Amino acid sequence: MKRYVISVLVDNHSGVLSRVAGLFSRRGYNIDSISVGETQDPTVSRMTIVAHVDDAILEQIIKQLDKLVDVLKVAVLPAETSVYRELVLIKVKAEDHTRATVSDIIKVFRAKIVDIAPKSMTVEITGDQPKIKALIDLLEPHGILEVVRAGLIGLHRGDQNILTQEDV
Amino acid sequence: MQLTGAEILIECLLEQQVDTIFGYPGGAVLNIYDALAKYSDRITHYLPSHEQGAAHAADGYARSTGKVGVCVATSGPGACNLVTGIATAYMDSVPLIAITGNVPLSLLGKDSFQEVDIFGITMPITKHNFMVKNVEELAATVRKAFFIAQDGRPGPVLIDIPKDVTAQKAEYVRETPKPIGRHTKNITPEAIENAIRMLKKSERPLVYVGGGAVQADAGAELQEFVRIINAPVVSSLMGLGAYPGTDPYFCGLIGMHGTKTSNLSASKCDLLIAVGARFSDRVVSNPKRFAPNASILHIDIDPAEINKNIKTHGYIIGDVKIALQKLLEAMADEEFRDTSEWLQQVNEWRETYPLTYNGGGLQPQYIVERIYALTDGEALITTEVGQNQIWSAQYYKFSKPRTFISSGGLGTMGFGLGAAIGTQIGNPDKRVINIAGDGSFRMNCNELATAVEYELPIIIVILNNRALGMVKQWQDLFYDRRFSQSIVDRQTDFVKLAEAYGAVGFNLTRKEDVDEVLTQALAARQPVVINCEINPDEKVFPIIPPGGAIDDPIMGVNQ
Repeated sequence: MKRYVISVLVDNHSGVLSRVAGLFSRRGYNIDSISVGETQDPTVSRMTIVAHVDDAILEQIIKQLDKLVDVLKVAVLPAETSVYRELVLIKVKAEDHTRATVSDIIKVFRAKIVDIAPKSMTVEITGDQPKIKALIDLLEPHGILEVVRAGLIGLHRGDQNILTQEDV
Repeated sequence: MQLTGAEILIECLLEQQVDTIFGYPGGAVLNIYDALAKYSDRITHYLPSHEQGAAHAADGYARSTGKVGVCVATSGPGACNLVTGIATAYMDSVPLIAITGNVPLSLLGKDSFQEVDIFGITMPITKHNFMVKNVEELAATVRKAFFIAQDGRPGPVLIDIPKDVTAQKAEYVRETPKPIGRHTKNITPEAIENAIRMLKKSERPLVYVGGGAVQADAGAELQEFVRIINAPVVSSLMGLGAYPGTDPYFCGLIGMHGTKTSNLSASKCDLLIAVGARFSDRVVSNPKRFAPNASILHIDIDPAEINKNIKTHGYIIGDVKIALQKLLEAMADEEFRDTSEWLQQVNEWRETYPLTYNGGGLQPQYIVERIYALTDGEALITTEVGQNQIWSAQYYKFSKPRTFISSGGLGTMGFGLGAAIGTQIGNPDKRVINIAGDGSFRMNCNELATAVEYELPIIIVILNNRALGMVKQWQDLFYDRRFSQSIVDRQTDFVKLAEAYGAVGFNLTRKEDVDEVLTQALAARQPVVINCEINPDEKVFPIIPPGGAIDDPIMGVNQ
């Protein structure tokens, strides 16, 4: 089992997200995260799906996605040649005696404090998942009140793009 | 010209050469039915007793003719009643267009009267589906739906149309349908070369035929291929008819109820060539013990079938007919190994393990054999699901594609009569026989009214064991004979039932009367029900126990 980041171009119709999500649930493929948004072409959306699967299941995921009429292109973004990012908001306990310590941790990660309140602060962090995990682990002892994740997204590095990549 | 949505829909059906549809009216499709009346000189609409009957009829029509089947239902319950039929078509890759009305746009999403999200409901059981919210998009959507239903691996497509869209007007310009091409772009020289290499190495090849070969009309190519490599042939349930059941190379069904010869051949072969088949669990049983000595060469139109259930060693992705043609071209200059020892071995198995039945009383297998004999093997056979289905598959030697109409993937009890209606309408000159069980027939016997109304000379042969035979058989073999809810001695008088609907009914209780009753039924030229009081203990053999290897079946009760 390995983590794969799968990028999917789809027609920007109502129902596409539920079609793709339905495919994963009914065939029993587990998704770690899925994120969707419009591309430079408003008729096309791009989904980034992260799944922990073995090679045989990955092959099925790609082929089954490819069969959906609304799917225009499926590509796996390899870790070595892609940029992965995720945006996460974390609300962490921070009172007078701990605020400085928490702030120091946040600074090291180049995360941003986007809201501050008497008993907590909200931190915005962007990065690949190991970095985010490291920050969460360090904030944990201070008391994490809420975490919300946008889901991982990614792009090929260099001049290559999803459409120039050969079909898998 | 400016037409209403309903008229545009029907014009688009006419573009696709549709002249037959099956449906049931209701509030949300009133506009469509109003227009249908106007077009009744060009499209014949058949009204079943229940929407499920319409879906199965459209399915049977499609399977038996190779054309697209079309069914219509109203919103809410009407649409829901199509669901089993759509799923049946989906599992067996049948090109079907289901058209449903829905509540007007302004009422969508408000739990309105007879509103249901049929678009959402049918997403996992259609090849694709649409909701048309704008009349301007209707024609393009219908055209796209027909293309998708037939292109590549066929399947059902649903079009959901809110009522007001069928009333609104838009400009309609007739278009010629986009041609449906055979998929060939992935039939690469490398794939063919690899296949040739695998074929040349093999001393014990086996050809496993599936529904894709029927769909692609690949019978002639298949026979030529088999003659060149001298391989025995086995078939999935869906593949029956693609390869002649009377051919000396043919070993019968493979899998759960396959012949022991087919299953031993699969276990001992060194190369298994799957042609338009998908290694379903009913074929493979335990994947770890399936064809353990074989390389797998998989020819299929759907890339997702490669490596889905069984890991393959070589494959050709594309239309099965064209793939075989290209393979045959490449094979012309090649020499293949002598397989005579292998064929001799297979023939020995065939002699040692023939399909047999020896229970007393009126034997269902004998009835199927006599149906075969008395129709010269020329009938179109539809079945319900369960023992009746497997006995039909085992004992009627299907020799032409599109002659065995059965719910393979979904296993839908209640499929057969509706399917028989669609099959007979699509093939007015052929004899159509629905081989049924008492349980399955009871599920949708209301469609007898439809057969009578349209004067369809369908013969329904009920193999009546007063039980849900396949369930009972499993309980007998694997649940210590605890017959939980499987004995359904309902006291239905099927002859009276037939007569009440306006059909003819016969009771058949003795083996010696089989020919006479069948002959009378064939002569009747109107819907006939034959209630056959078969031996209730008769079972389907061979049967692979759950989780077993396919070459280790239970052959009979005395084993």
